[in-house]
Order: sequence, then structure tokens, then C-alpha cells
Amino acid sequence: MHELGISRNIVAIVGEAAKGRRVRRVTLEIGTLSGIMPDAILFCFDAVAQGTSLAGATLEIREIKGRARCLTCQAEFEIASFLTACECGSRRLAHIAGEELNVKSMELDEVA
Amino acid sequence: MCDICGCDDDAVPTAMNLQTGKPISLDSHSHQMQHRRALATGHGHLHEHVHSDGTRHVHAHHGPHHHAAPSGLVDIETRILAKNDALAADNRAWLAEQQVLAINLMGAPGAGKTALLERTIRDIGAQMSLFVLEGDQATLNDGERIRAAGAPVIQVNTGTGCHLDADMLARSMKELHPTRRSIMVIENVGNLVCPALFDLGERRRVVVLSATEGDDKPLKYPHMFRAADLVLLNKIDLLPYVEFDAVRAIANARSLNPDVSVMRVSARTGEGLPDWYDWLQLELRNA
Repeated sequence: MHELGISRNIVAIVGEAAKGRRVRRVTLEIGTLSGIMPDAILFCFDAVAQGTSLAGATLEIREIKGRARCLTCQAEFEIASFLTACECGSRRLAHIAGEELNVKSMELDEVA
Repeated sequence: MCDICGCDDDAVPTAMNLQTGKPISLDSHSHQMQHRRALATGHGHLHEHVHSDGTRHVHAHHGPHHHAAPSGLVDIETRILAKNDALAADNRAWLAEQQVLAINLMGAPGAGKTALLERTIRDIGAQMSLFVLEGDQATLNDGERIRAAGAPVIQVNTGTGCHLDADMLARSMKELHPTRRSIMVIENVGNLVCPALFDLGERRRVVVLSATEGDDKPLKYPHMFRAADLVLLNKIDLLPYVEFDAVRAIANARSLNPDVSVMRVSARTGEGLPDWYDWLQLELRNA
């Protein structure tokens, strides 16, 4: 249920940047290892956006796949979860992508 | 009762200083009014579709789609949790300056977090100053238990909230006011999901896993166990009576977090607790 709070944060961040101008589209980056479900964000966003300058805006979510570098053999590869081990057998990994939780950009209704 | 998210008037987070019986304000906005205002704008049903590149959209049905070239595209590039993280950084700086060891104590409901704290306060409260911030959705029950055990405590009730956040800590900490070179334990809301995502400004994260749970809990809740500095495997006095395989549980935790410290303890019998107290003492020295 923290996706509701996350959605409120998104609306607050974008609303502040929009300074009252109407927002047509919001683009997020959400890593597949971030612990946030894009579906739940999509579900909450519209309700939270209503009554704000984001009302009716399209929410675009770019999912970022997990990537890690093995600290033992230096190989770099995609990971589906934190349980993925390197082919060399090591579990000592540096996670280099997949935990993103960012507001990337917004599109305003017209150029101010 | 709010008909949007189901919360009632009790949903606004509240806090209580159990030494003074004084309530502490945690929230100023009117949650339900926000929803009411939202409803008043009267949107229709949601519309979701998936583009060929995998991008998903959702929006209210408000006429034809616009896929024109972007006009008024503005880069924002901000972490969604930036506000929480900035407040957490402030908390961390203040705690470091005060040399207070702040511990975010997490675990499922019933894992024994409060029992462990009660025992800790009774066993070492005379040698180390312990302060406690209790997080629960409702009731002062755990706060009362901690107070009875002998430590100053603030009880935070999150209402429908599933975790504590950095702002709640900042406001309650001011009231609790831990003394220099003390230990402040923040007992988070019993939940293995949401608290993992919200930095409070703590120095260490401790997860209590108990023998009455499944030994695959670390695999089911990877974010929580990956974020842990220490796992306390509690209720080991019950191991002979349950299916729980302690070796497998520890291996599962280390498959996610290879360097995590694990201690086997029983808050009821006291077994293994000297290791936990040594750890606290060492961490306090480094705080």
C-alpha cells in the first residue's frame, strides 16, 4: 500500500515543478528491483492527481531492468531479482541498475 | 470515513509522549479534504493501454489521444523519495552530532520486537541509556510495555500507514530527545515490505525473524533482508517444537545479503542476548 504514498510524492514533485500550469504527461523511471509495482502506481495516480494541475495527465512508466556487476569476476549482467547469482557462482554483486524510482520529466499542455 | 482509501479520522498519524501523556502533532493536512476536492472534479473511468515498446499509459477518458510531438517537455529528474531522503539525511546528521546510535528495528508482527526491547531495557538499561520510539498503526499498548520496562518512549500511531517515515521520526525525536551517547531504538510498524523502502536516518537496520515464522521469509521479502545490517533470529527456545530450519533461514538471508550478521536469541529465556548487547555496545562506541 505504500504505492499510494509514492503516488502522492509524484504528484507533489510534478505539481511544484509545473507551478500551476496544466500537465499533460508525466514520465517515471521505475526499476524492476525498486520494490514498487508499476500497476499499483498506475492505479493510484489518477485518483491522487484529481483536483491538481496533473488531473487527467497520462502517466508513462519506463521500467528499468536490474543489472549487476560481479565483484568476484567483474562480469556484468541482467538480474531478475536480488537472488540472481553470477555464473561464476558468486553472490557478491554490485547492483548498478534496477532500483530507480525517479520522476523523469513532464509535458505541459502548452509552452509557457 | 474516507470513501477513497477506506481510512477514517484515525488515519492521520498521531504520536503520544508516554512520559507526559502529551499528544504530539504529526500531520497538518486534511487527507479527506484532498480526496473530496478530487472527487468534485468528477472524472470518468480510467483507460489503460500498452504501446508496442512496452510503455504503459493510464488516464481518465477525456477525448481523443494526443500523440503529437512533445511541446513543453520539462526535465525533472528527481528521485520520488527525495523529500523523505533529505529529511532522513537531516536526522542522520543530528544523530551523528549527538552520537546517538539509532536503530531501525523491523520485522513481521509477532516476531518479538517489543519483547526483545523489554528484555533489553531490563537487562542493560542500567549500563546504557535506551530511548524508544514505538511505531504501530494503533494503540499505546507497546509504548506502555516499554515504559513499564523502564525506558523513555514515544508511541507513534500511523493510522492506516504501513511504515514510519523520516518526517515522523524527525518530529517524534524532538519530543523524545535522546541524550548524548545514548541508543535510540525505533520499532517500526510490524511489516516486512514497506519499512524497507523508507530511510529514517538510522545508523543500523536490524530485522527480527522468529522461529514461529517460515525459514523462507528472507526469500519472500528480499528487500527487507537485503537492507539489514543484523538479523536477530528470535524464539530459538521454540526450535525443538517447530518446523523452522535455522540453518536454512540463515542461508536464505545470506543468499540475499552475504555479509549480514546473524544472532540466535530468545527474548524469553535470554539465550544469545549477550551477543546482542555486545553488538549494541560496539555500535554505540562507533556512533
